[in-house]
Amino acid sequence: MSFDWGIIAGNWRFLLLQGLLGIGSFGGGTLRLAIPAMVLGSILGVVIGLCRLARRRWISYPAVLYVEIFRGVPLVMVIFWFWFLIPQITGQRLPDYSVALAAFVVFEAAYLGEIVRAGVQSVPRGQVDAALASGLTYGEMMLHVILPQAIRNMIPSLVTQFIVLFKDTSLASIIGMMDLTKAAQIVSQREIRPFETYLFLAVVYWICTYSMSRFSRRLEVKLSRE
Amino acid sequence: MTYDFQWSILWTGENGRWLLEGLWTTIRLSALSWIFACGLGILSGALRTAPFRPLRALATCYVEFFRNVPLLVWLFFWYFGAPQALPRPAQDWLNLHGPEFWSAVVALSVYHGARMSEVIRAGIQSVPKTLFEASVATGLSVGQAYRLILIPIALRLIIPPATNESLNLLKNSSLALTIGVAELTFMTRQIETYTARVFEALTAGTLIYLVLCLTIASVLGQVERALRIPGLIARTGRSEH
Repeated sequence: MSFDWGIIAGNWRFLLLQGLLGIGSFGGGTLRLAIPAMVLGSILGVVIGLCRLARRRWISYPAVLYVEIFRGVPLVMVIFWFWFLIPQITGQRLPDYSVALAAFVVFEAAYLGEIVRAGVQSVPRGQVDAALASGLTYGEMMLHVILPQAIRNMIPSLVTQFIVLFKDTSLASIIGMMDLTKAAQIVSQREIRPFETYLFLAVVYWICTYSMSRFSRRLEVKLSRE
Repeated sequence: MTYDFQWSILWTGENGRWLLEGLWTTIRLSALSWIFACGLGILSGALRTAPFRPLRALATCYVEFFRNVPLLVWLFFWYFGAPQALPRPAQDWLNLHGPEFWSAVVALSVYHGARMSEVIRAGIQSVPKTLFEASVATGLSVGQAYRLILIPIALRLIIPPATNESLNLLKNSSLALTIGVAELTFMTRQIETYTARVFEALTAGTLIYLVLCLTIASVLGQVERALRIPGLIARTGRSEH
């Protein structure tokens, strides 16, 4: 039982540059996966959330089904589906990065859609009536009246979900994408020092997620003051 | 897309048995971890509201550190890393007995214990403060007030978020495949490897998870309705990630 923390000093550059930022010959990168997944997932999430709220059943039912299915299945399963399905449909192998990104966007949109729905439902009904009565179309009403108010209510749960997404990106390593976790696996196998490597990995993830949650708390305070 | 489905592979040969074995391992792994996670969650959740600062700080450190790091990292840590800190004979014993299953139990329990703790803390804090004051005023000790009044009421209030969290645990148990636990996702992959029938295997695994999750959700939904506290609007606050 002896620890050699020197291996962190020797490998942190590889872990942080290649693993976290994706700068290096392997591509990938946790942040390069997480940030586009958040943006695209939110866009799809808004679509799903609004479809769920639609009064026409042929629009709302598919959205309900989408949410229920993806929330009832482990993310690993969804990643495997994409991993095998994409080559089957497109006839060619896509890079691990694209497969992972597609899986995350589709999976997280189910959760983000629920947040959007709850956010829109938290806006008082009178706002909808007033906006429609003043002659706005449905789209204008959503874009200019409802969503701006809903977003404010959504921010806490949105940031929470983003933190979950950030942690979930570690699963991309299962299909071989080079992210923080994959980089740590490589270092751990090369140095045969799993204890030190994985503890360091945990600390790096923790710093990222904890600062995100501090930021969200400050944002909440700021928004509630306004 | 042309793909020739052969659903019969799911019940020919060993495949059907593999699926059932995987399902059984998933259930065992999740149930054991769930029990430990609830224990840890109740303990640390209660400590986080305790009127004694060092205990609060200890519980806060546990929760904030463990729930903010991905479960996959904890799995690797407990399976590959933690044995390195043990003395040689203990390491040899572990290697002989195959620690995959129990490493997964530890990782899932500690991670979900921290998440459960947040749910329980929110539940305890949503119990009106006057109830605690009244129970102490009638002569109960702080420990008794927690054990007899606060925790029983909080547990009834938190059933919806706790259901959510339990289903998360069940779904997250699929990550144990990365350290070689032969649970449902692992078996799905195994069938795919042996038969080269990708989509039949994935469909079977996916459907089993869906049915499992929806069943548990509906059972716990009924439990919630049966145990709902009359006259109280359950407001457990937002449970964080």
